[in-house]
Amino acid sequence: MLTDPATTTSAPPATRRTRIATRWAQPGVRLAALGAAVLVLAAVYCCTDVPGSLAFALEIRSLSVLAMLVVAAAVGVSTVVFHTITQNRILTPSIMGFDAFYVLVSTVIVFSSGSASFLGFDQLTLWLVQVVVMVAFSVLLFTWLFGGRRRSIHLMLLVGIVLGTFFRSSTEWMQRMLDPLDFQVLSDAMFASLTRPDETLLLLTAVLVVLGCAAVVPLLRTLDVLTLGEPAAVGLGVDHRRVVMVLFASVSVMVAASTALVGPILFLGLVVANLAYSYAGSFRHVWTLPTAVLIGVICLLGGQLVLERVLGFGGTLSTVIDFAGGLFFLYLVLRKGAR
Amino acid sequence: MIALENVTKRYGAQTVVDDVSVRFGEEGVTALIGPNGAGKSTLFGLVGRLVRPDAGRVTVDGTDVERTPSNELAKVLAVLRQDNHVAARLTVHDLVEFGRFPHSRGRLTVHDREHIERAITYLDLEAYRNRFLDELSGGQRQRAFIAMVLAQDTEYVLLDEPLNNLDLRHMTEIMRLVRTMADELGKRVVTVLHDINFAATWSDRIVAMRDGRVVADASAREIMRPEVLAAVYDTTVDVREIDGRPVALYYG
Ligand SMILES: Nc1ncnc2c1ncn2[C@@H]1O[C@H](COP(=O)(O)OP(=O)(O)OP(=O)(O)O)[C@@H](O)[C@H]1O
Ligand SMILES: [Mg+2]
Repeated sequence: MLTDPATTTSAPPATRRTRIATRWAQPGVRLAALGAAVLVLAAVYCCTDVPGSLAFALEIRSLSVLAMLVVAAAVGVSTVVFHTITQNRILTPSIMGFDAFYVLVSTVIVFSSGSASFLGFDQLTLWLVQVVVMVAFSVLLFTWLFGGRRRSIHLMLLVGIVLGTFFRSSTEWMQRMLDPLDFQVLSDAMFASLTRPDETLLLLTAVLVVLGCAAVVPLLRTLDVLTLGEPAAVGLGVDHRRVVMVLFASVSVMVAASTALVGPILFLGLVVANLAYSYAGSFRHVWTLPTAVLIGVICLLGGQLVLERVLGFGGTLSTVIDFAGGLFFLYLVLRKGAR
Repeated sequence: MIALENVTKRYGAQTVVDDVSVRFGEEGVTALIGPNGAGKSTLFGLVGRLVRPDAGRVTVDGTDVERTPSNELAKVLAVLRQDNHVAARLTVHDLVEFGRFPHSRGRLTVHDREHIERAITYLDLEAYRNRFLDELSGGQRQRAFIAMVLAQDTEYVLLDEPLNNLDLRHMTEIMRLVRTMADELGKRVVTVLHDINFAATWSDRIVAMRDGRVVADASAREIMRPEVLAAVYDTTVDVREIDGRPVALYYG
């Protein structure tokens, strides 16, 4: 009906280079490249620098790789989903006070019954308590602020930030009063450790993360619509409240399970999600979610390789992630400001 | 039929929509006019389930919108919002595809693709289909959002200021498109317009709001009178007859 005389572009001749470039632009190809990189890194991590028997090393190391995969899936999926439902790209679920709450719960345990009992606790019980308490906390917060008539995601974020700050300061207050030995035990426990995961806990966490992802998968296309924002999504027939409830529940379960397994490393989510948005080549969650997960695995595996094999440190990956994540956060904020 | 029955919406102490009863959705084009803050967008929000009424009820084809499943309503009612902002990097084609979501849930059929193509052609967007929204001019982006609404292919279409950001030619062409949608595709279009000459030229019925109330509801010719317009806009508007059509002069 309408015509635009000015713009009829003739297609450029399909040289070999442009053909490769077009193919590279396909999200599937990009994802496959990432998958290949993960396999190579995992092979290098498992099979090189073996101190004793290869079989033994493989057994231990494949468990670490599985832990990394589970953590990367939990962190990557939860952050991207959280970004989509809150319509922002520089916050992570940790803004809701998840990690602060985790540290608080551990501190309360040490504070009230001493480090001996903290260490004496059955790992499984501790993990269960952490997960249940964290999920209960977020579900309460969510139903209070989103389930009623007022339903505002921004209010929920604000309350989350305030509570997070409150948790952090109560934690600090209690930690000041701990005796140095207890404090040492506590801070060791608070550093994320990926290299020696408990087998049972790892499997339980994996199950929860798989369940969380399974709840997200049927909503992949709905998530795409949510990138348009709540009003537009409602106009397109999305039952916004129900969908956000399901998504938020799976985010909390995944975050709680992985935090209870390896400790807080939610800064990782910020990095992998934003790298995924620029790398994936599509805004669709079918592509951004797996991309974020694989980038997460690469960060963890690569980081561990460099730390352990190149620099010869062990077990301090979370510090590096927090440092790098912090820098990346600054970069994102500054770039936003510059535009 | 879209029917509002004694609908009231308050924000704090301010009553934004004040006991309004009005029906939309007969064949043709209805223009909704009124000064800034009159409650036009809020009225659309009430119909589109974005705003909940404090009193009264809103029905579409006889069922309360609060009780209609979201997806069913989206198949019969499409709304172009006044301000559209998208954070993610989408292309024009991606955006128009979303218009089919209520029908396809994201799995496009051949039929869906035809609707997408038609919408892109109607809105003159072929040359921009693979451009990202943030690489378009304001008017091109507005057309992309209108194309999404068109692709939704609903019986009722609510357009909140569709002429925002458009140049002269595209304003006329959008209004012509609105007419086509009504006359050839059988849609019932309600559109908020600030330029009352466009409203008078292209619509069959004009509903005027002021301070949350419907203050006039009649044919274009009856609304286009100095005393009516003065009562709606609180300013003097001269109306002349040019080529047999009433034209309002309000340029100072
Ligand atoms: N979320 C809100 N909270 C408080 N007040 C609001 C809210 N939304 C709208 N209002 C108020 O309601 C009134 C009507 O707003 P509305 O957007 O419906 O006006 P409008 O007729 O569409 O105006 P315009 O022509 O400027 O688009 C305004 O006075 C506005 O300030
Ligand atoms: Mg408005």
